[in-house]
Amino acid sequence: MAPAQTESRHRSPNSPALGLRFLLLAGLSILFLVTDHRNNHLDAARKAIGATVYPLRVVVDAPVSLWRWIVDTTASRNELRLENSRLNIERLLTRARLQRYAALEAENTRLRTMLEATTRVRHRVRIAEIMSVSSNPFRHVLVVNKGTRDGVFDGQALIDAHGVVGQIIKAGVLSSQGILISDPDHALPIEVNRNGLRTIAVGTGEFDRLVLPFLPNNADIRVGDLLVTSGLGGAFPAGYPVAIVDSVLRIPQEPFAAVSAQPSAALNQVKEIMLIWSAIDQPTDEIVAADAPEAVASEESTDE
Amino acid sequence: MSRDGHTRLQTVIISMIVSLMLAIAPMPGWADAFRPDWVTLTLIYWAMNLPRTYGVGWAWMIGLVLDVAQGTLLGQYALALSLVIYVTVTFHLQMRQFPALQLSVTVFGLLALFQFILFWINGVAGVNTPAVSYWGPVLTGSLIWPLLTMLYGGVRDRARN
Repeated sequence: MAPAQTESRHRSPNSPALGLRFLLLAGLSILFLVTDHRNNHLDAARKAIGATVYPLRVVVDAPVSLWRWIVDTTASRNELRLENSRLNIERLLTRARLQRYAALEAENTRLRTMLEATTRVRHRVRIAEIMSVSSNPFRHVLVVNKGTRDGVFDGQALIDAHGVVGQIIKAGVLSSQGILISDPDHALPIEVNRNGLRTIAVGTGEFDRLVLPFLPNNADIRVGDLLVTSGLGGAFPAGYPVAIVDSVLRIPQEPFAAVSAQPSAALNQVKEIMLIWSAIDQPTDEIVAADAPEAVASEESTDE
Repeated sequence: MSRDGHTRLQTVIISMIVSLMLAIAPMPGWADAFRPDWVTLTLIYWAMNLPRTYGVGWAWMIGLVLDVAQGTLLGQYALALSLVIYVTVTFHLQMRQFPALQLSVTVFGLLALFQFILFWINGVAGVNTPAVSYWGPVLTGSLIWPLLTMLYGGVRDRARN
Protein backbone atom coordinates (compact mmCIF):
# COMPACT_ATOMS: atom_id res chain seq x y z
CA MET A 1 0.00 0.00 0.00
CA ALA A 2 2.70 2.43 -1.02
CA PRO A 3 1.31 5.93 -0.92
CA ALA A 4 0.70 6.36 -4.61
CA GLN A 5 2.69 9.18 -6.10
CA THR A 6 0.00 9.83 -8.66
CA GLU A 7 -2.79 9.91 -6.15
CA SER A 8 -4.41 13.31 -5.62
CA ARG A 9 -1.71 15.29 -7.31
CA HIS A 10 -4.27 17.81 -8.36
CA ARG A 11 -6.37 17.71 -5.29
CA SER A 12 -5.60 19.55 -2.11
CA PRO A 13 -4.35 17.18 0.59
CA ASN A 14 -7.09 18.54 2.81
CA SER A 15 -9.81 16.94 0.78
CA PRO A 16 -12.51 15.00 2.63
CA ALA A 17 -10.69 11.85 1.58
CA LEU A 18 -8.02 12.67 4.13
CA GLY A 19 -10.46 12.69 7.02
CA LEU A 20 -12.06 9.52 5.76
CA ARG A 21 -8.73 7.80 5.38
CA PHE A 22 -7.72 8.88 8.86
CA LEU A 23 -10.96 7.58 10.37
CA LEU A 24 -10.54 4.29 8.55
CA LEU A 25 -6.95 3.86 9.77
CA ALA A 26 -7.85 4.94 13.30
CA GLY A 27 -10.66 2.39 13.35
CA LEU A 28 -8.28 -0.27 12.09
CA SER A 29 -5.74 0.68 14.78
CA ILE A 30 -8.36 0.40 17.49
CA LEU A 31 -9.44 -2.98 16.11
CA PHE A 32 -5.79 -4.09 16.20
CA LEU A 33 -5.38 -2.75 19.73
CA VAL A 34 -8.39 -4.61 21.04
CA THR A 35 -7.50 -7.85 19.29
CA ASP A 36 -3.92 -7.65 20.42
CA HIS A 37 -4.87 -6.84 23.98
CA ARG A 38 -7.42 -9.63 24.34
CA ASN A 39 -5.63 -12.46 22.60
CA ASN A 40 -2.76 -13.36 20.36
CA HIS A 41 -4.48 -13.55 16.98
CA LEU A 42 -2.11 -10.96 15.56
CA ASP A 43 1.07 -12.88 16.31
CA ALA A 44 1.57 -13.72 12.65
CA ALA A 45 1.36 -10.05 11.64
CA ARG A 46 3.67 -9.12 14.47
CA LYS A 47 6.20 -11.70 13.38
CA ALA A 48 6.04 -10.56 9.77
CA ILE A 49 6.66 -6.93 10.72
CA GLY A 50 9.25 -8.05 13.25
CA ALA A 51 11.22 -9.72 10.48
CA THR A 52 11.50 -6.36 8.71
CA VAL A 53 12.74 -4.71 11.89
CA TYR A 54 15.36 -7.38 12.50
CA PRO A 55 17.95 -5.99 10.04
CA LEU A 56 17.56 -2.57 11.67
CA ARG A 57 18.28 -4.09 15.05
CA VAL A 58 21.36 -5.82 13.70
CA VAL A 59 22.62 -2.55 12.25
CA VAL A 60 21.88 -0.68 15.48
CA ASP A 61 23.65 -3.38 17.43
CA ALA A 62 26.63 -3.42 15.08
CA PRO A 63 28.64 -0.55 16.64
CA VAL A 64 28.33 -2.14 20.06
CA SER A 65 29.34 -5.55 18.73
CA LEU A 66 32.18 -3.98 16.79
CA TRP A 67 33.41 -2.12 19.86
CA ARG A 68 33.30 -5.30 21.91
CA TRP A 69 35.14 -7.15 19.19
CA ILE A 70 37.82 -4.44 19.07
CA VAL A 71 38.18 -4.47 22.84
CA ASP A 72 38.40 -8.26 22.82
CA THR A 73 40.96 -8.49 20.08
CA THR A 74 43.16 -5.69 21.29
CA ALA A 75 43.18 -6.66 24.93
CA SER A 76 46.79 -6.63 26.02
CA ARG A 77 48.54 -9.82 26.92
CA ASN A 78 48.87 -8.71 30.49
CA GLU A 79 45.15 -8.08 30.79
CA LEU A 80 44.43 -11.46 29.33
CA ARG A 81 46.83 -13.09 31.79
CA LEU A 82 45.17 -11.32 34.68
CA GLU A 83 41.74 -12.28 33.49
CA ASN A 84 42.87 -15.82 32.92
CA SER A 85 44.21 -16.20 36.43
CA ARG A 86 41.11 -14.61 37.88
CA LEU A 87 38.90 -16.95 35.92
CA ASN A 88 41.02 -19.88 37.01
CA ILE A 89 40.51 -18.97 40.64
CA GLU A 90 36.84 -18.51 40.01
CA ARG A 91 36.66 -21.89 38.35
CA LEU A 92 38.39 -23.54 41.32
CA LEU A 93 35.95 -21.96 43.72
CA THR A 94 32.98 -22.94 41.60
CA ARG A 95 34.29 -26.46 41.32
CA ALA A 96 34.66 -26.72 45.06
CA ARG A 97 31.12 -25.51 45.47
CA LEU A 98 29.96 -27.92 42.81
CA GLN A 99 31.44 -30.86 44.69
CA ARG A 100 29.36 -29.99 47.67
CA TYR A 101 26.41 -29.52 45.36
CA ALA A 102 26.84 -32.99 43.91
CA ALA A 103 26.81 -34.47 47.39
CA LEU A 104 23.75 -32.42 48.28
CA GLU A 105 22.00 -33.44 45.12
CA ALA A 106 22.67 -37.08 45.86
CA GLU A 107 21.28 -36.61 49.32
CA ASN A 108 18.29 -34.77 47.93
CA THR A 109 17.60 -37.53 45.44
CA ARG A 110 17.77 -40.10 48.23
CA LEU A 111 15.45 -38.11 50.45
CA ARG A 112 13.06 -37.51 47.60
CA THR A 113 12.93 -41.19 46.82
CA MET A 114 12.27 -41.83 50.48
CA LEU A 115 9.46 -39.31 50.42
CA GLU A 116 8.25 -40.75 47.13
CA ALA A 117 8.21 -37.34 45.56
CA THR A 118 7.33 -37.96 41.98
CA THR A 119 8.89 -35.28 39.93
CA ARG A 120 12.22 -33.74 39.55
CA VAL A 121 13.16 -31.12 37.16
CA ARG A 122 16.04 -31.07 34.80
CA HIS A 123 17.16 -27.83 33.28
CA ARG A 124 18.84 -27.10 30.03
CA VAL A 125 20.44 -23.73 29.65
CA ARG A 126 21.48 -21.77 26.62
CA ILE A 127 23.24 -18.45 26.39
CA ALA A 128 21.64 -15.62 24.46
CA GLU A 129 22.82 -12.11 23.83
CA ILE A 130 20.74 -9.04 24.54
CA MET A 131 20.30 -7.01 21.38
CA SER A 132 18.48 -4.06 22.80
CA VAL A 133 16.64 -2.87 25.83
CA SER A 134 13.30 -1.15 25.44
CA SER A 135 13.42 2.55 24.88
CA ASN A 136 10.24 3.00 26.84
CA PRO A 137 11.28 3.71 30.43
CA PHE A 138 8.08 2.28 31.88
CA ARG A 139 8.32 -1.03 30.15
CA HIS A 140 11.44 -2.96 30.92
CA VAL A 141 11.54 -5.03 27.78
CA LEU A 142 14.62 -6.45 26.14
CA VAL A 143 15.29 -8.23 22.88
CA VAL A 144 17.49 -11.32 22.77
CA ASN A 145 19.07 -12.83 19.68
CA LYS A 146 17.38 -16.22 19.92
CA GLY A 147 13.95 -17.01 18.54
CA THR A 148 11.58 -19.87 17.87
CA ARG A 149 14.19 -21.24 15.48
CA ASP A 150 16.33 -21.98 18.56
CA GLY A 151 13.38 -23.37 20.49
CA VAL A 152 12.52 -20.23 22.43
CA PHE A 153 8.89 -20.10 23.56
CA ASP A 154 6.56 -17.58 25.17
CA GLY A 155 6.89 -17.54 28.93
CA GLN A 156 10.40 -18.95 28.98
CA ALA A 157 12.50 -17.96 31.98
CA LEU A 158 15.61 -15.79 31.60
CA ILE A 159 18.42 -15.80 34.14
CA ASP A 160 21.91 -14.40 34.42
CA ALA A 161 24.82 -15.61 36.52
CA HIS A 162 23.29 -14.21 39.71
CA GLY A 163 19.58 -14.80 39.44
CA VAL A 164 16.33 -14.41 37.59
CA VAL A 165 16.24 -11.67 34.96
CA GLY A 166 12.78 -12.04 33.44
CA GLN A 167 10.81 -14.04 30.94
CA ILE A 168 10.10 -14.16 27.21
CA ILE A 169 6.85 -12.48 26.24
CA LYS A 170 6.95 -12.59 22.47
CA ALA A 171 9.05 -15.22 20.78
CA GLY A 172 9.89 -14.19 17.23
CA VAL A 173 11.61 -16.27 14.63
CA LEU A 174 15.12 -14.84 14.94
CA SER A 175 14.83 -12.70 18.04
CA SER A 176 12.47 -12.58 20.98
CA GLN A 177 11.20 -10.01 23.39
CA GLY A 178 11.50 -10.56 27.08
CA ILE A 179 10.17 -8.66 30.06
CA LEU A 180 12.37 -7.90 33.06
CA ILE A 181 11.26 -8.71 36.59
CA SER A 182 11.58 -4.99 37.34
CA ASP A 183 8.82 -4.08 34.88
CA PRO A 184 5.91 -2.57 36.80
CA ASP A 185 3.61 -5.12 35.18
CA HIS A 186 5.64 -8.12 36.14
CA ALA A 187 4.79 -10.27 39.15
CA LEU A 188 6.80 -13.28 40.15
CA PRO A 189 5.82 -16.04 42.58
CA ILE A 190 8.63 -16.42 45.11
CA GLU A 191 9.40 -17.91 48.47
CA VAL A 192 11.69 -16.89 51.27
CA ASN A 193 14.61 -19.28 51.18
CA ARG A 194 14.95 -19.28 54.97
CA ASN A 195 11.45 -20.46 55.87
CA GLY A 196 9.54 -21.19 52.68
CA LEU A 197 7.13 -18.26 53.13
CA ARG A 198 5.44 -17.80 49.77
CA THR A 199 4.49 -14.50 48.24
CA ILE A 200 4.67 -12.43 45.06
CA ALA A 201 7.39 -10.02 44.02
CA VAL A 202 6.24 -7.17 41.82
CA GLY A 203 8.42 -4.92 39.68
CA THR A 204 8.56 -1.20 40.36
CA GLY A 205 9.98 0.27 37.18
CA GLU A 206 13.32 0.73 38.94
CA PHE A 207 16.07 -1.69 38.02
CA ASP A 208 17.25 -2.15 41.58
CA ARG A 209 14.02 -2.60 43.50
CA LEU A 210 11.18 -5.10 43.69
CA VAL A 211 8.32 -4.88 46.15
CA LEU A 212 6.49 -7.60 48.04
CA PRO A 213 3.09 -6.00 48.50
CA PHE A 214 1.14 -8.94 49.90
CA LEU A 215 2.93 -9.75 53.12
CA PRO A 216 0.99 -9.21 56.37
CA ASN A 217 2.61 -7.21 59.13
CA ASN A 218 3.34 -10.29 61.19
CA ALA A 219 5.01 -12.20 58.34
CA ASP A 220 8.34 -13.73 59.22
CA ILE A 221 10.60 -11.79 56.93
CA ARG A 222 13.77 -9.87 57.67
CA VAL A 223 16.28 -7.69 55.92
CA GLY A 224 18.83 -9.94 54.24
CA ASP A 225 16.45 -12.79 53.46
CA LEU A 226 17.09 -14.44 50.13
CA LEU A 227 14.04 -14.77 47.90
CA VAL A 228 13.98 -17.62 45.41
CA THR A 229 11.47 -18.60 42.74
CA SER A 230 8.81 -20.90 44.11
CA GLY A 231 7.94 -22.43 40.77
CA LEU A 232 4.26 -22.00 41.49
CA GLY A 233 3.44 -19.72 38.59
CA GLY A 234 4.57 -22.38 36.18
CA ALA A 235 6.73 -20.00 34.18
CA PHE A 236 9.82 -20.10 36.33
CA PRO A 237 11.52 -23.24 37.54
CA ALA A 238 11.78 -23.36 41.34
CA GLY A 239 14.84 -22.47 43.32
CA TYR A 240 16.53 -19.69 41.36
CA PRO A 241 17.57 -16.68 43.41
CA VAL A 242 15.50 -13.59 42.70
CA ALA A 243 16.31 -10.87 45.20
CA ILE A 244 17.52 -10.04 48.66
CA VAL A 245 15.23 -8.19 51.05
CA ASP A 246 16.67 -4.77 51.76
CA SER A 247 13.96 -3.10 53.75
CA VAL A 248 11.02 -4.20 55.85
CA LEU A 249 8.69 -1.54 57.13
CA ARG A 250 5.87 -2.58 59.41
CA ILE A 251 3.30 0.14 59.88
CA PRO A 252 0.95 -0.87 62.70
CA GLN A 253 -2.31 0.43 61.24
CA GLU A 254 -1.68 -0.92 57.73
CA PRO A 255 -2.72 -4.47 56.85
CA PHE A 256 0.42 -5.18 54.84
CA ALA A 257 4.07 -4.63 55.55
CA ALA A 258 6.04 -2.55 53.06
CA VAL A 259 8.81 -4.88 51.96
CA SER A 260 11.26 -4.13 49.19
CA ALA A 261 14.06 -6.23 47.81
CA GLN A 262 17.05 -5.79 45.56
CA PRO A 263 17.22 -8.14 42.56
CA SER A 264 20.18 -10.51 42.60
CA ALA A 265 20.60 -10.26 38.84
CA ALA A 266 22.28 -7.13 37.52
CA LEU A 267 19.22 -6.15 35.51
CA ASN A 268 20.60 -3.05 33.86
CA GLN A 269 24.07 -4.30 33.05
CA VAL A 270 23.68 -7.79 31.70
CA LYS A 271 24.72 -8.43 28.13
CA GLU A 272 24.53 -12.20 28.06
CA ILE A 273 21.64 -13.98 29.61
CA MET A 274 20.59 -17.59 29.79
CA LEU A 275 17.39 -19.16 28.57
CA ILE A 276 16.13 -22.11 30.59
CA TRP A 277 14.34 -25.13 29.25
CA SER A 278 13.02 -27.23 32.08
CA ALA A 279 11.60 -30.67 31.54
CA ILE A 280 9.90 -32.60 34.27
CA ASP A 281 10.96 -36.19 34.32
CA GLN A 282 10.70 -39.16 36.58
CA PRO A 283 13.14 -39.62 39.44
CA THR A 284 16.02 -41.89 38.69
CA ASP A 285 18.39 -43.58 41.02
CA GLU A 286 21.54 -42.10 39.63
CA ILE A 287 22.25 -38.45 40.03
CA VAL A 288 21.04 -36.43 37.11
CA ALA A 289 23.40 -33.55 36.91
CA ALA A 290 22.07 -30.42 35.34
CA ASP A 291 23.05 -30.52 31.73
CA ALA A 292 26.06 -28.48 30.93
CA PRO A 293 25.27 -25.26 29.12
CA GLU A 294 25.09 -25.98 25.43
CA ALA A 295 26.89 -22.92 24.41
CA VAL A 296 29.60 -22.19 26.89
CA ALA A 297 30.69 -18.70 26.09
CA SER A 298 34.35 -18.96 25.37
CA GLU A 299 34.91 -15.30 26.05
CA GLU A 300 32.98 -15.36 29.27
CA SER A 301 32.21 -11.82 30.16
CA THR A 302 32.96 -10.51 33.57
CA ASP A 303 29.82 -8.95 34.81
CA GLU A 304 31.07 -5.93 36.52
CA MET B 1 9.89 15.82 -12.20
CA SER B 2 9.80 12.07 -11.86
CA ARG B 3 13.53 11.92 -11.24
CA ASP B 4 13.08 14.57 -8.59
CA GLY B 5 10.30 12.51 -7.02
CA HIS B 6 12.57 9.50 -7.07
CA THR B 7 15.44 11.14 -5.19
CA ARG B 8 12.90 12.58 -2.79
CA LEU B 9 11.50 9.15 -2.08
CA GLN B 10 15.01 7.90 -1.40
CA THR B 11 15.68 10.78 0.97
CA VAL B 12 12.45 10.17 2.84
CA ILE B 13 13.03 6.44 3.15
CA ILE B 14 16.59 6.89 4.36
CA SER B 15 15.49 9.47 6.91
CA MET B 16 12.75 7.09 8.11
CA ILE B 17 15.18 4.19 8.49
CA VAL B 18 17.68 6.33 10.36
CA SER B 19 15.02 7.66 12.72
CA LEU B 20 13.71 4.14 13.34
CA MET B 21 17.25 3.09 14.18
CA LEU B 22 17.64 6.02 16.55
CA ALA B 23 14.34 5.02 18.14
CA ILE B 24 15.47 1.47 18.90
CA ALA B 25 19.16 2.15 19.62
CA PRO B 26 20.07 1.14 23.16
CA MET B 27 20.69 4.07 25.48
CA PRO B 28 21.56 4.35 29.16
CA GLY B 29 18.54 4.45 31.44
CA TRP B 30 18.60 8.12 32.37
CA ALA B 31 18.88 9.22 28.74
CA ASP B 32 16.05 6.93 27.71
CA ALA B 33 13.45 9.12 29.38
CA PHE B 34 14.66 12.05 27.27
CA ARG B 35 14.97 10.29 23.93
CA PRO B 36 13.21 12.48 21.36
CA ASP B 37 10.50 10.85 19.26
CA TRP B 38 12.69 10.76 16.17
CA VAL B 39 10.16 8.95 14.05
CA THR B 40 7.36 11.34 14.95
CA LEU B 41 9.52 14.37 14.23
CA THR B 42 10.61 13.02 10.87
CA LEU B 43 7.05 12.15 9.90
CA ILE B 44 5.83 15.61 10.92
CA TYR B 45 8.52 17.20 8.80
CA TRP B 46 7.67 15.24 5.67
CA ALA B 47 3.93 15.52 6.21
CA MET B 48 4.29 19.28 6.54
CA ASN B 49 6.40 19.69 3.43
CA LEU B 50 5.08 16.93 1.17
CA PRO B 51 1.56 16.35 2.51
CA ARG B 52 0.24 14.76 -0.68
CA THR B 53 2.69 11.91 -0.65
CA TYR B 54 3.52 11.31 2.97
CA GLY B 55 0.20 11.45 4.76
CA VAL B 56 -1.68 9.36 7.26
CA GLY B 57 -1.34 6.02 5.45
CA TRP B 58 2.42 6.31 5.49
CA ALA B 59 2.39 7.32 9.16
CA TRP B 60 0.13 4.41 10.02
CA MET B 61 2.44 1.85 8.45
CA ILE B 62 5.51 3.31 10.14
CA GLY B 63 3.49 3.26 13.36
CA LEU B 64 2.87 -0.46 13.04
CA VAL B 65 6.58 -1.08 12.51
CA LEU B 66 7.31 1.02 15.58
CA ASP B 67 4.75 -0.96 17.58
CA VAL B 68 6.51 -4.18 16.78
CA ALA B 69 9.95 -2.69 17.38
CA GLN B 70 8.97 -1.27 20.77
CA GLY B 71 6.88 -4.23 21.86
CA THR B 72 3.82 -2.11 22.55
CA LEU B 73 0.29 -3.17 21.70
CA LEU B 74 -0.10 -3.47 17.95
CA GLY B 75 -1.82 -0.31 16.76
CA GLN B 76 -0.76 1.99 19.59
CA TYR B 77 1.93 3.95 17.77
CA ALA B 78 -0.02 3.53 14.54
CA LEU B 79 -3.03 5.33 15.99
CA ALA B 80 -1.01 8.05 17.71
CA LEU B 81 1.13 8.72 14.64
CA SER B 82 -1.75 8.80 12.19
CA LEU B 83 -3.64 11.26 14.41
CA VAL B 84 -0.62 13.55 14.69
CA ILE B 85 0.00 13.37 10.94
CA TYR B 86 -3.68 13.98 10.24
CA VAL B 87 -3.48 17.20 12.25
CA THR B 88 -0.20 18.12 10.56
CA VAL B 89 -1.53 17.58 7.04
CA THR B 90 -4.71 19.50 7.84
CA PHE B 91 -2.72 22.52 9.01
CA HIS B 92 0.34 22.14 6.81
CA LEU B 93 -0.23 25.41 4.97
CA GLN B 94 -0.47 27.43 8.17
CA MET B 95 2.51 25.59 9.67
CA ARG B 96 4.72 26.44 6.70
CA GLN B 97 4.08 30.13 7.36
CA PHE B 98 4.90 29.99 11.06
CA PRO B 99 8.12 31.63 12.29
CA ALA B 100 10.58 29.17 13.77
CA LEU B 101 9.64 29.74 17.39
CA GLN B 102 5.93 29.36 16.78
CA LEU B 103 6.56 26.24 14.75
CA SER B 104 8.55 24.75 17.62
CA VAL B 105 5.65 25.46 19.93
CA THR B 106 3.29 23.79 17.46
CA VAL B 107 5.57 20.77 17.30
CA PHE B 108 5.59 20.74 21.09
CA GLY B 109 1.81 20.56 20.98
CA LEU B 110 1.84 17.77 18.39
CA LEU B 111 4.36 15.76 20.41
CA ALA B 112 2.29 16.29 23.55
CA LEU B 113 -0.76 15.02 21.67
CA PHE B 114 1.25 12.01 20.51
CA GLN B 115 2.42 11.15 24.03
CA PHE B 116 -1.08 11.70 25.36
CA ILE B 117 -2.52 9.13 22.97
CA LEU B 118 0.17 6.64 24.02
CA PHE B 119 -0.53 7.42 27.66
CA TRP B 120 -4.24 7.04 27.13
CA ILE B 121 -3.98 3.67 25.38
CA ASN B 122 -1.58 2.47 28.08
CA GLY B 123 -4.10 3.54 30.67
CA VAL B 124 -6.99 1.75 28.99
CA ALA B 125 -4.92 -1.38 28.45
CA GLY B 126 -3.82 -1.30 32.09
CA VAL B 127 -0.12 -0.79 31.38
CA ASN B 128 1.37 0.78 34.46
CA THR B 129 3.06 4.07 33.70
CA PRO B 130 4.17 7.05 35.77
CA ALA B 131 2.88 10.09 33.90
CA VAL B 132 5.70 12.54 34.60
CA SER B 133 8.36 11.15 32.27
CA TYR B 134 6.09 11.36 29.24
CA TRP B 135 7.16 14.98 29.11
CA GLY B 136 10.84 14.20 28.56
CA PRO B 137 10.54 13.26 24.87
CA VAL B 138 8.14 16.14 24.24
CA LEU B 139 10.63 18.68 25.58
CA THR B 140 13.72 17.27 23.89
CA GLY B 141 11.75 16.69 20.71
CA SER B 142 10.61 20.27 20.35
CA LEU B 143 14.09 21.54 21.27
CA ILE B 144 15.69 19.38 18.60
CA TRP B 145 13.08 20.26 15.98
CA PRO B 146 14.84 23.38 14.57
CA LEU B 147 18.08 21.42 14.11
CA LEU B 148 16.20 18.64 12.40
CA THR B 149 14.47 21.03 9.97
CA MET B 150 17.83 22.58 9.12
CA LEU B 151 19.30 19.14 8.50
CA TYR B 152 16.43 17.90 6.36
CA GLY B 153 16.23 21.21 4.50
CA GLY B 154 19.91 20.91 3.65
CA VAL B 155 19.50 17.34 2.53
CA ARG B 156 16.55 18.27 0.33
CA ASP B 157 18.41 21.14 -1.26
CA ARG B 158 21.32 18.90 -2.04
CA ALA B 159 19.02 16.22 -3.44
CA ARG B 160 17.41 18.78 -5.72
CA ASN B 161 20.68 19.99 -7.22
